[in-house]
Amino acid sequence: MSRERKSSFAPWRTNMPSLDQLRPGQCGRIAALTGNDGLVQRLMEMGLLEGEEVEVLALAPLGDPLEIRLGDSRLSLRRSEAARIHVSLS
Amino acid sequence: MGSDPKRIAALIGNPNTGKTTLFNALSGLRQRVGNYPGVTVETKKGQMCCGGQTFELIDLPGTYSLSPRSPDEMVAVDVILGRQQGEARPDVVISIVDASNLERNLYLTTQVLELGVPVVVALNMIDVATAQGIRIDTERLSRQLGVPVVAIQANKKKGLEALREAICRAASGAALASQESARGTNAAPLATHRPPFPEVFECAIHQLHRELGEDIPEYLLRRLVLDVGGWTEQRLVAQFGEGIRQKAQEVRQRLAQAGCPVPAVEARARYGWIREVTAGCIQRPAQRAVTWTDRIDRVLTHKVWGTLIFLTLMFLVFQAIFTWARPIMKVISDGKDALAELLRGQLPPGPFTALLLDGVLEGVGAVVVFLPQILILFAFLAVLEDCGYMARAAFLMDKLMARCGLSGKSFIPLLSSMACAVPGILATRVIENRRDRLATILVAPLMSCSARLPVYILLIGTFLTGPGFARWLPGLVMFAMYAIGLVLAPLMALVLKRTLLRGQTPVFVLEMPLYKVPSPRLVLRRMLDSGWAFLRRAGTLILASMVVVWALLYFPRGGGPEQPPYDVRIAAMQKELDDLKDQGRAGGVNSPVNEQGRAEGVNSPVNEQGRAGGVNPPVEPGEQGVSPPRLFYQLLEGKEQQINECIAEWKRQSYLGRMGKAIEPAVRPLGWDWKIGMAALASFPAREVVIGTLGIIYSTGKQDSDEIRNAANVADTLLARRMKEARWDDDPTRPVFTIPTALSLMVFFALCCQCASTLAVIWRETHSWRWPAFTFTYMTVLAYLGALVVYQIGRLLGG
Repeated sequence: MSRERKSSFAPWRTNMPSLDQLRPGQCGRIAALTGNDGLVQRLMEMGLLEGEEVEVLALAPLGDPLEIRLGDSRLSLRRSEAARIHVSLS
Repeated sequence: MGSDPKRIAALIGNPNTGKTTLFNALSGLRQRVGNYPGVTVETKKGQMCCGGQTFELIDLPGTYSLSPRSPDEMVAVDVILGRQQGEARPDVVISIVDASNLERNLYLTTQVLELGVPVVVALNMIDVATAQGIRIDTERLSRQLGVPVVAIQANKKKGLEALREAICRAASGAALASQESARGTNAAPLATHRPPFPEVFECAIHQLHRELGEDIPEYLLRRLVLDVGGWTEQRLVAQFGEGIRQKAQEVRQRLAQAGCPVPAVEARARYGWIREVTAGCIQRPAQRAVTWTDRIDRVLTHKVWGTLIFLTLMFLVFQAIFTWARPIMKVISDGKDALAELLRGQLPPGPFTALLLDGVLEGVGAVVVFLPQILILFAFLAVLEDCGYMARAAFLMDKLMARCGLSGKSFIPLLSSMACAVPGILATRVIENRRDRLATILVAPLMSCSARLPVYILLIGTFLTGPGFARWLPGLVMFAMYAIGLVLAPLMALVLKRTLLRGQTPVFVLEMPLYKVPSPRLVLRRMLDSGWAFLRRAGTLILASMVVVWALLYFPRGGGPEQPPYDVRIAAMQKELDDLKDQGRAGGVNSPVNEQGRAEGVNSPVNEQGRAGGVNPPVEPGEQGVSPPRLFYQLLEGKEQQINECIAEWKRQSYLGRMGKAIEPAVRPLGWDWKIGMAALASFPAREVVIGTLGIIYSTGKQDSDEIRNAANVADTLLARRMKEARWDDDPTRPVFTIPTALSLMVFFALCCQCASTLAVIWRETHSWRWPAFTFTYMTVLAYLGALVVYQIGRLLGG
């Protein structure tokens, strides 16, 4: 059920950072989502699609979760989830 | 209601879109809560009038998507498809969307469009969007979506008339269309516009539809393919067998080969269509304006300032339920006592009066006494939720709670449970994930609540304070009692999440809504709703358990051929005592107060003689001016003592007393005698009852837990002295209460679930007997083991 679904290209091999590696204030464009289907589906339903621009706004006191801006909404994601979102820095 | 079948409208939308506000505005005060078997979510129902028609309005749980992963999430789909038992299919669905975040909100709307029901889009918070410089062309959007779109401001009640009209038209249009589907070209409001899915997908769905029969709605088949491991898959597999999983898998493979793999295909299709549809309808400022939310969030989610503000707020909430509620609770319990006193004078003594006063009235009092805490907590929660802070609180606390397998949303319920588990458990409703919510509910009663405090105070004050004990010891023991809960609750949550409630970690994507000024009306409403729901559902159960324990303590009433039952004897003695007191007041100081008193006392000469004999000789000679009152008081005290002993004798032979004796072998390893065992049994309705019962058994009369709480020096109270004097029945030289026994009793009460209200609320919130039974069992086992370990170690150390 929770198979790892790898997309056709491997962003982690091209030094593309994942969202959890961004510092507050940094922006990026989503390049790919990895992880199990359930997680990817939930993230995509919230609008975290390839091509969308995201900005990391803040980190919670213990460094996790992070607050991001996506279009008109602000979302909070755990690091483990943010690590599934690969971005190209803009 | 007329003979017409009532029209039904369902309201659906993302969380934080003002859905509840709109529901309240449309349906007014006439609402009721409904729930369906097997699910924990509730749906509210109300009535809405528009255009001379009455609609039943169903408020569906807020959600971002109709892709059910659990029975709870299935409810909305089932209701709209008309597959929920006992519920007719809605004539129209109102999809409320947040104008300031239109694209994301329309995702759900596109799913609703596929359900084959007329849809009306309510474009809420249009003022917020305008303030951000976002302009929306409603008419154009309506044309593009193919359904009516009405701009509203639910909190200001603006645009509601137009919305009502649109709802009415959509619903009757649907009726028209189904009647004259041949002619109705412009009347049919059914969506003809919807997001295009790849051809492969649509073909496969049509094929599946033909194979499985027409009665499975197409939408469910789409979900079957799109939600890997979703609830639809599980349900259809249960209905049609494993073969269907295989088929879904094949379709997914075909999709992947066509370059649109399963979960992405849906989001891409929907968001792609939404972008097209909204392209000409939304105008945004070139530069995103800095909003108030941006500014406030810079402080409230800040590592240092955010945490400080959060802790201050939580302290305030805790303080409010812990201390502010106390005076109101005292007024309630005093009022109850006054009423009981008043009625006792009016009613004839007997089992019926006792049932009414000691069973029912006490029970009602025990229920109502929770209201202040519930109302105060829910006022806070409603304000925090409505202004948008709740999500920030969950954000700040998430990491901490994640360590025990929970999420940030569990923090406030658990914190509230340190004042009282009842409002704490009610507050778990904000947790959407079923397993997380259950785990939080099940461990909440472990947090040390305020009802344990009197027990701690009594035992610490009596056995661990005074000469021979370090001054810091009482504080340390008290802290340790609180620490037990603070340590065990997270541990237990972790264990539960690893065993009974195991499952995939839910995705923690939390929306941080815009900040706004909370609406007083909504806050008041949520307060009253929660209070009323508690009274109605949990209240009856609490009451019932109080009556049962009362009956176990009341019967058998004793008595025989030569002696009336205990309660009759006690009532007679009480009357004598009251008469004596009256005479004392009427008689003044100088004269024959005690003479008369004694004369009256002849009626029941049981120990009057002994007392008179013992007291009279020294008094009669000496100081004539002082002795009569003193003698009188001694007489009164003796009478009272006599009554208390009679009550103690009665209760010891009651069914509960017998049960106490029966379980003595089981509680002996904890260092308890049967009297403590009986008191523990009697405290099933509420922990603090143990003090009252100990008071009764040790013949001190009814001991009030408030009396213990407020006593300047606990060790001086009568109950404390009696407990120190208590000896084992089979070894009269050995005191019952030693330090290990006191500690074991405290640990037992720290861990046990002797609280009918908590169990009743768990039952109410989980809609099942299993979970309260489980909670009671695991906590009692834990309490027993904890008490056993503490007593045995204590005995080894103390010799």
